[in-house]
Amino acid sequence: MPIRLDKPWLPLDAAADLPGQLGVFELADEAGRVQYIGCAGGRSRFGLRSEVPAAAQRVPEARRFRVEVTMAYLTRHRELLMAHGADQGALPPHNEPISRLGRLSPR
Amino acid sequence: MDLALTEEQEMITGMVRRFVREEILPLELNLDPDADELPEADRRRLTEKTRAMGLYGLDIPPEFGGPEIDLITRTLIAIEASQHRAGLYAPCYGVFGGAGLAQLFEATEAQQERYLHPMLCGEKSGFFGLTEPSGGSDPARAIQTRAVRDGDDWIINGGKIFISGADRADFGLVFARTDPDQGRNGVTCFIVDTDTPGFHVRRVVHTLRSARYATELQFEDMRVPHANVLGAVNGGFAIANDRLSRQRIPYAAGCIGVAIKAHELALEYAPQRQTFGAPLSSRQAIQWMLVDNEIDIRQARWLTLEAADRAQRGDAFRKEAAMAKLVATEAGGRVVDRCMQIFGGYGVTKDFPFERWYREMRIRRIGEGPNEVQRHIIARDLLGASLR
Repeated sequence: MPIRLDKPWLPLDAAADLPGQLGVFELADEAGRVQYIGCAGGRSRFGLRSEVPAAAQRVPEARRFRVEVTMAYLTRHRELLMAHGADQGALPPHNEPISRLGRLSPR
Repeated sequence: MDLALTEEQEMITGMVRRFVREEILPLELNLDPDADELPEADRRRLTEKTRAMGLYGLDIPPEFGGPEIDLITRTLIAIEASQHRAGLYAPCYGVFGGAGLAQLFEATEAQQERYLHPMLCGEKSGFFGLTEPSGGSDPARAIQTRAVRDGDDWIINGGKIFISGADRADFGLVFARTDPDQGRNGVTCFIVDTDTPGFHVRRVVHTLRSARYATELQFEDMRVPHANVLGAVNGGFAIANDRLSRQRIPYAAGCIGVAIKAHELALEYAPQRQTFGAPLSSRQAIQWMLVDNEIDIRQARWLTLEAADRAQRGDAFRKEAAMAKLVATEAGGRVVDRCMQIFGGYGVTKDFPFERWYREMRIRRIGEGPNEVQRHIIARDLLGASLR
């Protein structure tokens, strides 16, 4: 499994067709810059189908998204945040700081 | 061994049981089912409570500021503290504190000043770096990470896998081969700062545990001062081995605690749930599952307390610790599996903790030395050290 999410970007209106499964997602602006990394966890009502549109409403720049279905949503979420931090030097603009987020130096 | 708990043990275990029920279980209702951390404000508040209870830092020796509580009582506490959803790998979400890297109690004064004391007051955290891609059960032979002396420093090259907490740690214990011809007598333990050039956390290793992950490390020409050797050069195997035996007792205790909680939930549910006009508990198939749970839990509990008792008295306990780990991890798995079956469809949902326990309990048969290695240890003790 690649460390960075490599699934295809989709337009926001495609979120209604997402599965109700658990997993992680990224929201990006028109230029493809990642604005937010989120996850649909075990308490989400309809998994990715409900969490992606809800997050997009809080991120005005969001124009597209991509998802990865995974049961390891918490560790994968942290991994994506750490990989983004390693690549960009900071978390995505709409992610709140996470306490005790680790450091990765992926190849 | 006296099988009855002392008055003090009854009091302490009762306190911890109430703490889990009144403080931890209500918080878990609002956490993600796979969470292994509390929100910071709750963590701080509950840590203050455990300090006030006199139970913070249970495994820290009294001379370093820990409470003076014997190993049997600590084992009983570990059984109580794991009786919640996250309890197997995050008992009470860590608010009872811990000894961290116990090997540092044997460190030099300068090393203790720099690493141990900040770790005990929560200013620094460390990781334990033993297992390599070539294996973890046989560190004497599997360690291929190489350390070569260069003046006052050592240059370390190699890698580690399945290392918990390395991405957040300030330092870690890294075991490396310093004499390629000496097997177990050619391994040295180094204290490594994680900001050392050449130290890399390459990736998260995803496992059945969704919240607490392991990492893969790489060391590229990592320069470590000789002053950071822990213990003697080529004496690292004893440091690693000592931890492995001691850790098996609390490891077993956690499995027992989870099994007790799962069994308790099943005992409550079976009389309530009706099938074909009668409660589940009236069916012999279910009764036998509950009976088998009870026997599994009691066997594991007594073997674990026996190991703690021997260790407490200063007797050899390697065989007993291996038996405790072996029996508790296998019994815990069976108990959780039976309880899941009793709960039917609900048992596999995230509405109940069984599915998390089921995944995490499976790892316990591999972690801290696979159960096949435990059987090997027991056989070697029974038949002699020459057994191969």
